[in-house]
Amino acid sequence: MSGGNRWRESRAAARPARRTAGLLAVMAVSMFAATASAQHEATLEPAGNDVADTASLQRGAMYFVNYCLGCHSAQYVRYNRLAEDLQLTENLVVQNLMFTGEQPFDTMTNSMRPEDSVRWFGIAPPDLSLIARSRGTDYVYTFLRSFYEAPASPTGVDNVVLPNTAMPHVLWELQGINRAVFEADEAHDGEEVFRRFEQVSAGQLGTQQYDQVVRDIVNFLDYIGDPTQLAREALGVRVIAFLLVFLVIAWLLKREIWKDVT
Amino acid sequence: MTESQRLTRRHFLTAATAVTGGVGAVAAAVPFVASFRPSARAQALGAPVEVDVSKLEPGALMKVEWRGRPIYVVHRTEAMLGVLGRDVELLADPDSADSIQPGYARNDHRSVRPRILVVEGVCTHLGCAPLPRFEVAPADLGADWGGGFYCPCHGSTFDLAGRVFAGVPAPTNLPVPPYRYVDDGTILIGADTGSV
Amino acid sequence: MASAAPELNRRPGRRFDALVAWVDARFPMTRLLREHATQYYAAKNFNFWYGFGVLATVVLIMQFVTGIFLTMNYKPSAEEAFASVEYIMRDVDWGWLLRYLHSTGASAFFIVVYLHMFRGFMYGSYKRPRELVWLIGMFIYLCLMAEAFFGYLLPWGNMSYWGAQVIVSLFGAVPVVGEGIAEWIRGDFYISDITLNRFFAFHVIAMPLILLVLVVVHIMALHEVGSGNPDGIEIKEHKDAGGKPLDGVAFHPYHTSKDLVIIIVFFIIFSAVVFFAPDMGGYFLEHANFEPANPLQTPEHIAPVWYFTPFYAILRAVPDKLFGVVLMGGAVLLPVFMPWLDRCRVKSVRYRSWIYKTALGIFAVSFLALGWLGLQPATGLYTTFSRIFSVLYFGFFILMPFYTSYEKTKPVPIRVTK
Repeated sequence: MSGGNRWRESRAAARPARRTAGLLAVMAVSMFAATASAQHEATLEPAGNDVADTASLQRGAMYFVNYCLGCHSAQYVRYNRLAEDLQLTENLVVQNLMFTGEQPFDTMTNSMRPEDSVRWFGIAPPDLSLIARSRGTDYVYTFLRSFYEAPASPTGVDNVVLPNTAMPHVLWELQGINRAVFEADEAHDGEEVFRRFEQVSAGQLGTQQYDQVVRDIVNFLDYIGDPTQLAREALGVRVIAFLLVFLVIAWLLKREIWKDVT
Repeated sequence: MTESQRLTRRHFLTAATAVTGGVGAVAAAVPFVASFRPSARAQALGAPVEVDVSKLEPGALMKVEWRGRPIYVVHRTEAMLGVLGRDVELLADPDSADSIQPGYARNDHRSVRPRILVVEGVCTHLGCAPLPRFEVAPADLGADWGGGFYCPCHGSTFDLAGRVFAGVPAPTNLPVPPYRYVDDGTILIGADTGSV
Repeated sequence: MASAAPELNRRPGRRFDALVAWVDARFPMTRLLREHATQYYAAKNFNFWYGFGVLATVVLIMQFVTGIFLTMNYKPSAEEAFASVEYIMRDVDWGWLLRYLHSTGASAFFIVVYLHMFRGFMYGSYKRPRELVWLIGMFIYLCLMAEAFFGYLLPWGNMSYWGAQVIVSLFGAVPVVGEGIAEWIRGDFYISDITLNRFFAFHVIAMPLILLVLVVVHIMALHEVGSGNPDGIEIKEHKDAGGKPLDGVAFHPYHTSKDLVIIIVFFIIFSAVVFFAPDMGGYFLEHANFEPANPLQTPEHIAPVWYFTPFYAILRAVPDKLFGVVLMGGAVLLPVFMPWLDRCRVKSVRYRSWIYKTALGIFAVSFLALGWLGLQPATGLYTTFSRIFSVLYFGFFILMPFYTSYEKTKPVPIRVTK
């Protein structure tokens, strides 16, 4: 993924850029920036997450509850199941992941009413239980790293992966604010094509730290998309091992019986 | 290899295949059988129920649903508790030896705290819901009736601790569900901490 | 020492014999076992291509069992269907395994059946006296396609929804009454709760019953005429003094012991998919189907599940709607006529001319290529190739009466080769 490397290099170069106080300031500054819209499909970067990494899943669950669950639900996921799979005690989950008086066996819904969210964002935020399965982990990973300032947008940001997204850049305090550089591309009849990001203001985290946060979130989403996947693979090994033993015995029997046949 | 050796080998391999296949078949049946267990949703819906008993009048009964069964919560008066010790010899299982209740409810009053009774309103005969009959000596139940539960289906009778009287169809006392006090006025039905 | 085998399988004990006699007097148990197992003779030179029939039976049974258990937790309503599948995947103990077995089983069914059918093309299994076996088999295949189509709507994902929308719309291509038919199938003006409910009934009751009956009839017809073999020789023509075919061995224990090995190998491969890649990179379970049905938004890349894509590619290759549907239907139905299209008397490809071998190779490549093309967007070069391979696919069947009439075949041996 050469495109991916280019992104990282460009961000590293832009890191010592000025810091701003907050989103409002950024929006004010970017009022003067040129508005750009690009409808090209972005190259997705490999998420590189590992659902067997329990520590990452635990961090991902924390980030998910703090940054995502306010607007998005995970309506098929039960807290007590999380506790079990993430090797947390139910108490830890109650204290760290459940803020609005749910019961441990409840699913991860949120209190935002769909009609309110339609009014605020123009669209109801999708349930995230299966987002990693329907869109893929790479998509979510790249999406969360591809916000850039766009003053014309109601949220002040847009996204290279999902242009005109209604979602605000929830993680902007961590990532900082990026500007997207679009250039005319000869191969596309001089159309404006996304080239790279340039950091406008740094966030609390460095690029690699931020990528790891996103990776943890994606890892968590991957896990909740198919919560049985770890147990499934462990069981698969045992099932296939048994079948191999059975195969040897059955093959010996077949060979023995077929000795009759001349 | 002689003929008999071959037959032995063949018998052995046939048996080994049958046994291995049988083990495999049983293992393969496990997921199907286990899928019949109460699901996570059923367990969530059957989760403990919190009941506010602080406003329950002395002598009154309230019904709570837990796991699709009626749970009777009775605030027994001093007089009602007094009746409990009276007709012990008429009871089929006065010590609750054969009945279902958590250890902490296996006592004379069959409850954590004497005044508040928590029992399942499920007759141990055929599952009907017994009626609360707390009045003393009504015409239909006789002069000896000191208050209790009466099952309308087949006439089983229970005292004010849910203990079954001898000579009725129900074999054992009304079951006591697991429960515990969250605070003085609140009980949680369906969950306990092992002891109380 | 073939005579030793039946002795081995006879259990001693008079009580058991008495019980068998009691049953036999009332039901032809022993006779059935003899006719279809211990004294049903099949050629001893079966190669691996002859294992897919038994595998299809095994998969059918597995689909029945897992399907019954899924039905216990599934809700056939537009409101609840999608959530009930996730309920099975998450809340029901082992529900995920039941569902993955069933979804992977659907794809496995088609893999096994396509290979089973290709075996027929290779070794002339459709030829006299097995024409009826072939016809019943083709009918099973058509029912299987319907069963898969009905079942695919049930998860009520967005791909389910739009897949059903597209396929039901195909009926709209019929002149005059088309739209009426499509509406009648849906029972509504769009794919709705009503459609889902009736597809559910078809999927869990109607089609499985038909499939079961057809499979029994298929096997009965086969056992009447006897199984073929890779040499294309009729083993019944050479019998020993006792009337047993010289080149045949009893189905039980010989073929059963062999089939057991084949079944275990199948389940090893099958388990690898179920446990390690149940969505098979989006081919067995499509990504867009993890989003609930949305009548307002078509998935970006809409394609049927892989087992329908060869025919879907043919549909798209034709610029005219009606003609496209006709050609697609033709592509599905053409194999039905194999017993009459193929004029060559030699059954097995082993002894046939290079012409048929080449034609068969072109057919196989066309089918696979169309399957791949059906998954690609219908643009430019893809469409061109779809057209080329469609022509080759049809050419294989339509030209068959000509190129098989003048085949220079090799001499067919009298007895099966080892």
